[in-house]
Amino acid sequence: MTSTKKSFFAKLMGQVTLKRGVSAILIFLVIWHVGALFDDWFGVDIIGIGLVPPPADVFAAFLEVIPKIGYWQSWVSSFSRVLTGFLVAMLIGIPFGLLLAVNRYFRGLFFPPFEILRPIPPLAWVPASLIFWPTNEMSIAFVTFLGAFFTIVINVLGGARSIDISYLRAAQSMGASQFDLFWKIVLPGTLPSIFTGAAVGMGITWEVVLAAEMISGGGTQGGGGLGFFIWNSYMGGSLEQIVVGMISIGIAGYLSSSAIRKLGYFMMPWRRLF
Amino acid sequence: MTKEKNRNSGLGALSIKNVTKVYDPEGVNVMAVDNCSMEIAGSEVCMIVGPSGCGKTTLLNAIAGFHSVTEGSIHLDGELLCGPSKPLADQGADRMVVFQHGALFPWKTLQENVAYGPIVQKVLGSREAMDKAGTMLAEAGLGDFLTKYPGEVSSGMARRAEIVRALINDPKVLLLDEPYRAMDALTKQIMHESLLETYDRTGVTIFFITHDLEEAIFLGDKVHIVTTRPCQLKKTVEVKIPRPRSYETQSSEAFRKLLEEVSDAVHEEAVKAFQAGEREMA
Repeated sequence: MTSTKKSFFAKLMGQVTLKRGVSAILIFLVIWHVGALFDDWFGVDIIGIGLVPPPADVFAAFLEVIPKIGYWQSWVSSFSRVLTGFLVAMLIGIPFGLLLAVNRYFRGLFFPPFEILRPIPPLAWVPASLIFWPTNEMSIAFVTFLGAFFTIVINVLGGARSIDISYLRAAQSMGASQFDLFWKIVLPGTLPSIFTGAAVGMGITWEVVLAAEMISGGGTQGGGGLGFFIWNSYMGGSLEQIVVGMISIGIAGYLSSSAIRKLGYFMMPWRRLF
Repeated sequence: MTKEKNRNSGLGALSIKNVTKVYDPEGVNVMAVDNCSMEIAGSEVCMIVGPSGCGKTTLLNAIAGFHSVTEGSIHLDGELLCGPSKPLADQGADRMVVFQHGALFPWKTLQENVAYGPIVQKVLGSREAMDKAGTMLAEAGLGDFLTKYPGEVSSGMARRAEIVRALINDPKVLLLDEPYRAMDALTKQIMHESLLETYDRTGVTIFFITHDLEEAIFLGDKVHIVTTRPCQLKKTVEVKIPRPRSYETQSSEAFRKLLEEVSDAVHEEAVKAFQAGEREMA
């Protein structure tokens, strides 16, 4: 009985949120439309928006690219680059951050070089990695990896170091071994920070992959990615397609962060109350 | 299990002899405990009362094995915990701490929290440990909250679950560091009654740090009043109010007299601490 009640409320809440979301997007479209056509109607340009193609044109351009395989190939190649870079960054970054947090010698050895490399923006690595890595693809993946890696490590390190010492003391008094401490206290205690790092890192990965694709020119047989799609539209002078590319990135980024949020919700049941 | 079978009877005697603790961060000598001695009999409820930041927690940390001692020794049932040859006591399940701010693991349910000790010590399989945890939580009135996370229950329930988590390890001594500090008077009263009930059932030795004088007298067999930093034993007041005690005890004449006696001794130290401008640490 209570469960049906709850789901009813959940549905209602969902509907309200959905309505708000939809109306916000509609209002945005109206402003965009008015802004873009202001010049035609009143002969005065709104600086900054005047040259933007109106939403209807962009929508038409969208319909035009949707059946084209090249557009979807851009999605696939950008997504696979982001996922590769991101997953490798997680796989290396989480253990690396945890080791920095729990082992004083490891920290002494690796933290200083890490801190010197960290402030270098990932895009500053692009020329060097284009030279050092044998293929374009590998250099893009490497730069993407860097984008997420430093953020993930810093978050993991900070999260693990800020675990309440009482948890460790309590566990040790109860007879936990070093192994238990690590797997059952340090790791779950760091999980929220791991997910924060992952969410931020994912955002940076998208920024980096797009920029890297534009710079490297993507090149090879339709595997240019969404960054190259935008760049190509710019070269071809298609304003509508530029905006189509931008919106596509927005959607892609949104899908990636919701996937991380879902995973976090699933893996941290104790945080669902907040 | 019967009361007699469960009782710790006489185990858990703590002997603190001439313990001194000097913190020395960057050469600034801070003497937290100075030549402090006290004898705590097995199955005794021993209340430590003193001004803020006087070194009470330092003493508790030395018993628990979180901090080393600089001089002196501490024995548990005649066995050396720490002393000149071994400044830092081993941490062990014979001395369980209930922390000031609570230390239930937020990522485990109440039942999983309580089952943690027996599982990591490998005294019970995880199913048996969970069963026992469930039974013990139900005894403490938390039967409906087994699958709740600590963040989902009230602070009183969380603290009660934490005491159960300590007791499942059959400790000789329960070390409590102002566990009810942030609670309102009514909740505190309920927590006191539940702790006394637990004590009557298990007879575990209790080492309890507090600022609350009424709490000290209501719960304790002995109230040790300690001086402002460095911590030394100033006075011991024996509470000869028979058990089991109920909240009505607090309005008795005997209770009022004891309160006066303890207040006088503590007030003097509180004034000293205030004048020294001691920053509140614990």
